[in-house]
Amino acid sequence: MTRAPAIRVEGSARLPDGVLFSALELDIAPARWTCLLGPSGVGKSTILRLLAGLGTEAVFDGAVVASDGSDIAPRVAYMAQEDLLLPWASVRDNVSLGARLRGGRVDRARLHELLDRVGLGAMAERRPGALSGGQRQRVALARTLMEDKPVVLLDEPFSALDARTRSDMQDLACRLLENRTVLLVTHDPAEAARLAHKIVVLSESGQIALDPPPGHAPRAVDDPDTLNAQGRLLALLRKAA
Amino acid sequence: MRWLAGLLAAVFALALWQAVVSLTGVPRFILPGPALVAETWWTSRALIAEHSLVTLSEILLGLAIGASLGAGVALCLALSKSARIILQPLLVFSQTLPVFALAPILTLWLGYGLGSKVAMAVLIVFFPVASAFLDGLLRTPRGFLDLANTMQARPLAVLWHIRIPAALPALASGLRLSAVYAPIGAVIGEWVGASQGLGYLMLLANGRSKTDLMFAALFTLSLLSIALYYLVKAATENWSRRARDIA
Repeated sequence: MTRAPAIRVEGSARLPDGVLFSALELDIAPARWTCLLGPSGVGKSTILRLLAGLGTEAVFDGAVVASDGSDIAPRVAYMAQEDLLLPWASVRDNVSLGARLRGGRVDRARLHELLDRVGLGAMAERRPGALSGGQRQRVALARTLMEDKPVVLLDEPFSALDARTRSDMQDLACRLLENRTVLLVTHDPAEAARLAHKIVVLSESGQIALDPPPGHAPRAVDDPDTLNAQGRLLALLRKAA
Repeated sequence: MRWLAGLLAAVFALALWQAVVSLTGVPRFILPGPALVAETWWTSRALIAEHSLVTLSEILLGLAIGASLGAGVALCLALSKSARIILQPLLVFSQTLPVFALAPILTLWLGYGLGSKVAMAVLIVFFPVASAFLDGLLRTPRGFLDLANTMQARPLAVLWHIRIPAALPALASGLRLSAVYAPIGAVIGEWVGASQGLGYLMLLANGRSKTDLMFAALFTLSLLSIALYYLVKAATENWSRRARDIA
């Protein structure tokens, strides 16, 4: 993996029926977790898709620049709310999808090491249909890690999981994605309070950057400072909506 | 229980048929009863088998060639947008020509042998396969394609690893449809000009007022079609099951 860059997004985006966001200035810290919160429809996913080099409905006028000046899209790994596992392929084939799609060789040793690290070493031959929701997201996480990219974009990856599985996944992801530039789009103030090095709340009136609670991520789910930050974030979100 | 219901329905239909024949005293060259048809079917079994084999090979060849052509064209159209824009209207237009009307000309071009019948079956099989498969190839879930994009995937690899597997349920339903249509194509071909096959046998029997033999050939054709349909269905069952996983 090359060094994780910082990323700056600035500009505005227009939808056919109006402005999505304007005068956005988003700084994503290198090798850190930046959490992007905000009500639906303020353009969180659009920003993420811009970084990933994916098409958007909105027309973007501005720039997405990495601190080292190189292209960002080829250095991105992407994980969405839906696990996007191919139902006909085994866990092993899903995790190694990237290499197969590029026509390259699959690094078997690394594949099995990653499966072990997400706790699915014994399930390599299973189909996604035979896995629970939490296990499926762990496969998706392994697939994301298999890409070994310095920038990781997470679009509400844990929002469909139950509370316990979600916090387990947050711990796992936080540990495994260390030293990468992570942008996490989420609806969940608790998630942002636990994981973020930097929190940005996006609303129709603009953006607000917040300092995260003290302590190293992942912060304990019952840590008073974290809970306090979660409460303040929720209050802010309710005002923003 | 479903097969029991089917059996009951068949028994009821046969009984009704026999009752109509017995009660009205309709001559046997107009409507033979089921018992007579069964008897004829048994006594003429060698003749029917011989002609069935011809028709079956026309159907199978037509199905294999038509399905391969249909799937191949669908793949080309899925890969190239400009090919789609040019060829898709042509494809739809070709379906507005009744295949029945083409049969005489195919016989003129390809002769009275196997070729013209296979060509008919190919023509009739091609469209349902091509259009169902193309539809499936163009409906790949957006998330899969986004993921592939972020992985810097090659277009051909995306087609092979994602778009084709995701389209197999659609291909399966196209194939099942064409298994029902292929026998129609072969028999129409035989009607226009042939010296063997079940369609030829039916015409021949009809012309000689051997209506019982006509019915026996008809039921044989129908049995062949049903068997073919279930065979294709069983062969593509795995693909169809995927549809539920993808949705």
